[in-house]
Amino acid sequence: MKLLLPFITPLLLAQINVPYDRILNADKEPGNWLSYSRNYSGQRYSPLDQINSTNVGRLRLAWMSQADEMDTVQTSPIVVDGVMFITKPPNIVEALDARTGRSLWTYRRDIPNPNDFRGCCGKPNRGVAILGDTIYYGSIDAHLVALDARTGAVRWDVTMADPKLGYSGTGAPLAVKDKIIAGIAGGEFGVRGFIDAYDAKTGKRVWRFNTVPDKGEPGNESWAGESWKTGSATTWITGVYDPASNTLFWGTGNPGPDWNGDGRAGDNLYSDSLLALDPDTGRKKWHFQYTPHDVNDWDSTQTPILADGLFQGQPRKMVTLANRNGFYYSLDRETGKFIAGQPFVKQTWASGLDEAGRPMRLPNTTPTSEGNLLWPSLGGGSNWYSSTYSPQTTYYYVNVKEQGALYIKGSAEFKAGAFFNGGGQRRYDGEVPYGAVRALDIATGERKWEFRLHSPSHAGLMATAGGLVFGSNTTSFFALDAKSGALLWRFEAGGGISANPVTYLSDGRQYVAIAARHTLLVFSLD
Amino acid sequence: MKRALLLTLFALCVHAEDKKKLPAGRADLAAGKKLFENQCGLCHGPAGEGGKGPVLAKSRLGRAPDDNALINIISGGIRGTEMPGADSMSDKEVRQTAAYVRSLGKATPEAVPGNPALGAELYRGKGGCTSCHAINGEGGVSGPALTSIGARRSAAYLRAALVTPESAVPDNYLLVTAAPKSGPPTTGRRINEDSFSIQLLDNKGRVHSFWKSELADLTKQPRKSPMPSYKAAFSDAELTDLVSYLASLKEDK
Repeated sequence: MKLLLPFITPLLLAQINVPYDRILNADKEPGNWLSYSRNYSGQRYSPLDQINSTNVGRLRLAWMSQADEMDTVQTSPIVVDGVMFITKPPNIVEALDARTGRSLWTYRRDIPNPNDFRGCCGKPNRGVAILGDTIYYGSIDAHLVALDARTGAVRWDVTMADPKLGYSGTGAPLAVKDKIIAGIAGGEFGVRGFIDAYDAKTGKRVWRFNTVPDKGEPGNESWAGESWKTGSATTWITGVYDPASNTLFWGTGNPGPDWNGDGRAGDNLYSDSLLALDPDTGRKKWHFQYTPHDVNDWDSTQTPILADGLFQGQPRKMVTLANRNGFYYSLDRETGKFIAGQPFVKQTWASGLDEAGRPMRLPNTTPTSEGNLLWPSLGGGSNWYSSTYSPQTTYYYVNVKEQGALYIKGSAEFKAGAFFNGGGQRRYDGEVPYGAVRALDIATGERKWEFRLHSPSHAGLMATAGGLVFGSNTTSFFALDAKSGALLWRFEAGGGISANPVTYLSDGRQYVAIAARHTLLVFSLD
Repeated sequence: MKRALLLTLFALCVHAEDKKKLPAGRADLAAGKKLFENQCGLCHGPAGEGGKGPVLAKSRLGRAPDDNALINIISGGIRGTEMPGADSMSDKEVRQTAAYVRSLGKATPEAVPGNPALGAELYRGKGGCTSCHAINGEGGVSGPALTSIGARRSAAYLRAALVTPESAVPDNYLLVTAAPKSGPPTTGRRINEDSFSIQLLDNKGRVHSFWKSELADLTKQPRKSPMPSYKAAFSDAELTDLVSYLASLKEDK
């Protein structure tokens, strides 16, 4: 643990400088949280253990930060040397003293004409990236903005895509070497998805990977006719990076239109896929499609987890994911080949996965005009929020939804900037929906334990070296024993939680942060 | 001044857009009918005759005085009620559905038979309804409030609820018995619940709150109603009068 903090605290912002080496070696400074998932692995695991299974019952609220806008705060904070960087709706970046919660600067971005903003689901944002002394923000109006970490002053501002077409920035960018990698949202508007890389110094775009291949490119043949042009496959959650193989892993969303696949016969590459890219060039190394020809809105954008573990006694380098489609998957992260997988929630749409990991869809499992009852619901077995992995227990932890829905097929006519959905779902309560935190074997997805929750959650998990898994259910934030799943601590936040937790040190004291409705809550031991 | 003029022009444009007519073609109405039957008819009846949801086959819809309001209700639902928004419909489908709903209003609705004044007496007297149900805040609280129940349920549905109460348990009504590890069990309607605690309202109007970790047993009775059937207690004519009274309760005071 670095003990420099007390000496630099009075300087705070003047000191902020996070060169690539620090992010690459994030595990050497566990008191900081330097990128979306803390380090590049996507594990959202913290080596901090001041707060642990013996004392977590003494966790108390330390401070709060509130948003003015009545929209849900979904930020995953970045914490560097005593300063926290967060995002807030509608289009705000803020720096806070991580110890007192006092604001240091605020960047407020106007949306010049509110009619230019589309967005499917409010104005969520899940955080910023830092590289050097610059903060990077993907704005709700689809710009990428570089801010001076000391003052919030704009260093550069580039347009990623046209918000009038439905594009928006909602995920946190990822800094890799000298580049800022950013995804995009807008999958409900028939946009064409992409992953971009920008020069961190200048804002010049270095490469773009279109997640729907162009005419003549491999994969385009998986779309009937001209349907690729409105294929969506957006990239709205932050990916991960494997320095050993120099590979960027990034998930993609649903094909458009979401629930009516009539006009887009074929597998619809690279929707609902994991893409392995060279971060220097944007060249694709491999892809793995979880849900070919999706008609259930099962985006596969959630952050995958890189972990090494044993499968049938053999050590494997894996990239793993509990997918919205209800199946858990482990892939070989060097080749993209399927290792193992199985359902982690009730699912009724596939008879299983074949040897290559492709789901075997059952007949009569597509949406209908009357509504077709299937599990999981369009919210998925899990969703965009973080799963976590603890090297201590070697378990993969996921917050699951056990819920079915009546899938409805509707009509879909493309009009630029308008919803392009072709249906949706109707609630089904014939089997009472519930949630659970489940611990799975990292290689096979076999269940080790579950902590049952009253209702399905929409919030992420974080494991720590204190033997804890932090998670949320509707308005409650809680800590479980990572080995057994026993409940150790809980807090009623009084507002819905739809965010991922982080933890950090300030003045040598460990804090845990979670956003709940309009508020960021920060806890420490009493 | 210039700004004011621009704003006026803008307002006029918006107004013109608002006034855009609902589709009236045969194909649009047929599409709207199918959408309605699949997605609205479950509550409002396949021909808008009402049921768990209000009657829509009438010329004036209280919540939808104009087509724009109707479109907003179909697409966005009504907050604080059981009416959800039709998230699965495109703008065009919403307009087709709205057009079909308006076409239902051309039929003359059937009048509700019975004497509401006699029904009100039965409600307060022989029926003993006030011990569990409140109207405008007067009455018991262990059953659902009936203020404006006539605007929310059809007469046929209300009659069925009196005869077989368990056919008409509201979605958010759940009868629960919580048995603490120490102390007597409590039965009541659930008013809130999460993973860690549950709150009940008993039939005397008292709120009970329990940590789940302190309960020995928690029994839920989905679709169960503590209300007795009034089939034997009332004559056919009395039931008709009582229904006519309930159907007349249309407005919040």
